[in-house]
Amino acid sequence: MSEYVLEMLNISKEYSGNQVLKDVTIKVKPGEIHALLGENGAGKSTLMNILFGMPVISSTGGFGGRVIIDGEESKIKSPNDAIHAGIGMVHQEFMLIPGFTVTENIKLNREITRPNMASRIFGKSMETLDVDAMTKDAEAALKKVGMDIDAYAEVAGLPVGHMQFIEIAREVDKRGIKLLVFDEPTAVLTEQEAATLIKAMKELASEGIAILFITHRLDEVIEAADNITILRDGVQVANLPVAEATVAKLAELMIGREVDRSAMGEPRDLSNEEVVLSLKNLTVDMPGEEVKGVSFDVYKGEIFGIGGLAGQGKLGIPNGIMGMYHADGEVVFEGEPIELNNTKKALSRGLAFVSEDRRGVGLLLEESIEDNIVFTAMQAKNEFLLKFGPITLKDSGKIRRHANDMINLLDIRCTGATQYAGRLSGGNQQKVCVAKAITLGPKLLFVSEPTRGIDIGAKKLVLDFLTKLNREEGVTVVMVSSELVELKTVCDRIAIVSEGKVNAIMKPTDSDVDFGLAMSGYKKNKGGAEDGKA
Amino acid sequence: MEKLKRRIKEFGLPRIIILAFFLFLCIMAIVRDLNFPALLSNVIARMPMDGVLVLAMVPGILCGIGLNFGVSIGIIAGLLGMTISMEMGATGLVGLLVAIAISTAFSTLFGYGYGAALNRMKGSEMTVSTYVGFSVVALMCIGWTLLPFKNPSMVYAMGTGLRPTISMDGYYGAILDNFMKFEIAGITIPTGSLLFLLGMCLIVWLFLRSKTGIAMRAAGSNPLYAEASGISVNKMRIVGTVISTIIGGIGIIVYSQSYGFMQLYNAPRMMSFSAIAAVLIGGASASKASISNVLLGVFLFQGILVLSLPVVNDVFKVQNLSEIMRIIITNGIIIYALTRRKGGAS
Repeated sequence: MSEYVLEMLNISKEYSGNQVLKDVTIKVKPGEIHALLGENGAGKSTLMNILFGMPVISSTGGFGGRVIIDGEESKIKSPNDAIHAGIGMVHQEFMLIPGFTVTENIKLNREITRPNMASRIFGKSMETLDVDAMTKDAEAALKKVGMDIDAYAEVAGLPVGHMQFIEIAREVDKRGIKLLVFDEPTAVLTEQEAATLIKAMKELASEGIAILFITHRLDEVIEAADNITILRDGVQVANLPVAEATVAKLAELMIGREVDRSAMGEPRDLSNEEVVLSLKNLTVDMPGEEVKGVSFDVYKGEIFGIGGLAGQGKLGIPNGIMGMYHADGEVVFEGEPIELNNTKKALSRGLAFVSEDRRGVGLLLEESIEDNIVFTAMQAKNEFLLKFGPITLKDSGKIRRHANDMINLLDIRCTGATQYAGRLSGGNQQKVCVAKAITLGPKLLFVSEPTRGIDIGAKKLVLDFLTKLNREEGVTVVMVSSELVELKTVCDRIAIVSEGKVNAIMKPTDSDVDFGLAMSGYKKNKGGAEDGKA
Repeated sequence: MEKLKRRIKEFGLPRIIILAFFLFLCIMAIVRDLNFPALLSNVIARMPMDGVLVLAMVPGILCGIGLNFGVSIGIIAGLLGMTISMEMGATGLVGLLVAIAISTAFSTLFGYGYGAALNRMKGSEMTVSTYVGFSVVALMCIGWTLLPFKNPSMVYAMGTGLRPTISMDGYYGAILDNFMKFEIAGITIPTGSLLFLLGMCLIVWLFLRSKTGIAMRAAGSNPLYAEASGISVNKMRIVGTVISTIIGGIGIIVYSQSYGFMQLYNAPRMMSFSAIAAVLIGGASASKASISNVLLGVFLFQGILVLSLPVVNDVFKVQNLSEIMRIIITNGIIIYALTRRKGGAS
């Protein structure tokens, strides 16, 4: 018996030249609750994919370092091997069958059976289910996780919180389980349910099961964990026992990064300018990014940032205003309300949107760069068209000239304006999306995750271009991003969204601790930053 | 070498096989001393005859409803246009134009309803359209017997109801085919029909470069993208369906005048399949199509149909073998296209 149930030593991983994990070491003892903390994209999921032998790892060239389970080199090649090795995962998305009962879900593929006539002839798969024994097991497992649910109930009708516990009960019920990974288990739970869950985790740990707890709720970490590992951009920035940690310290470690504002200068205070965009109690029904009542003002000529963790609703704000998802509430632009749920009206008022879903929403992959660039302007503003009475035709010459201008301006690396957009690299596709938006000549530009998945060179170019657009053309920019550093580098003010609401509006120069706390859902008590003039 | 490989890949293996088969048939026809110029005349005559129906597939594919198996609706509208124009006693060019006008009116009406219905069944358009096509043909089997037509050259001599096959002699049979028709090296060129097909192609090509046409293509290839540019995807799908139906109606009129007979009742039932197979052979997929796909496809498809019958009969002396081959090629190419539906997008 080894001292550690799991040792991941010097793990490194790169995806096509992009280093996502660098020299990460985690050791978990039996009965220990080990918290794994980090922003989106810090490398948590990749680390777990390595542990579970997900095919995505081996198909992209494997990883560096060693994984040792119970003192022996891991032989895990697939998630199925992981189960046999005694490692279980409680998923963020529920992997339950709605039409089955609680018991059936817990015992799925591990049913207790009795032989009968048919099974003696046709083999084990024909054996009768021992429903009583299964129910007993299920009830025991449920009790262990602190839940009192009717084991005969169908999963379909149960509240979300209960489903999470059934997931856990299923893992607990597996015999010989040594290590359980909880992937943000409290994200969908109410406070009381979360408390129950943490109690259950401690209970399980006391029986010798090691727990790897992935979360971004800092207070839960302090409450539940024994040891904490913090990842940032794939690098292990800290590994400390809980006794040495405070919420503030964790927040700082999680996001603390050098911000270079030398090119941008100090953030400007534009609160004397007129309010160009005003949201009042905006709600957006975007799956996974729900907005639950957001209000804020954006001043003319500002670069306004919207940050927050994934799934908290920041992406829903521009998508809702632009009519991509159903929205309610009031949005006033230049003193007049915007008709919601009408993309055409929003575009004609001078708003433009660079979507976070580049390939899904932003581009026609099998059309040329030039057609992509002018498409929205043509449809919404009747530009780039030749008119013969009621008949219109696209003005190929004008389109080509404009596309070539844009290709030069944004340094789009392509074989020419007629190349298919789908053949470009991510960064160049993003430039095409930006070109499409500015072809509209917008007064206000929404950019959503402008640098997601693109290389550093293109990242800088896109950000530089946006700031140039803002400074030289006076376009107000609202930038939504998961990358706080990026927001802090270019924005004048930053709203942090948490659980569908604006938690705080902060200055880019505010401390990492404050940002970390705001992103993790803490309300700021001391005044000042709230009005942007701290 | 790499370039050649890519070219071949872009051209597509099935097209290469079919082209090779077509050339093989041509050689066989010459080797077995069949009347090759007559056969080639036949191929060229059939190109414009079927070409417009094949062209009807393009707006359907591009607007996102996929292969329009329900083009039978347009065919019914076209047949209604022709029967009504003949009932009115319209002959010659006027008769043809009246038929097209009436057909277009019906097509617009039917196409709108059909498009609106397809919008409610996104994702299974092709299944739905196949059955809609069959149902409409079956429904009109009742219609043809009940509609109060009086023209003695169309109705049964006794009682009521239209005859299954109606001669268009004296009305506008072969009116396009005979326009500026000439013969060269034993091959007959039906200039009028060919010009009509090319004209229709030009109109569709221009439409695809108009604001609405571009919006329609975007709605078909990426609905989210179109929505983000303020386009109503449902509206564009209806536009595409209506245009496809209208062209289908005109297509059957061109077909009938060339054939010299109008065929009612069950005759239009499988016509959409031939048109679909032709456009697919030409290189289209369930989500992408162009005018060149139409022209190449209709040439290859009709070429094989026309040549295979005499060649196969000459070689094997088996009855019906070429009909069997037609069915295999038609349905085989459709299956091939459907299995490739998701491919190539990314």
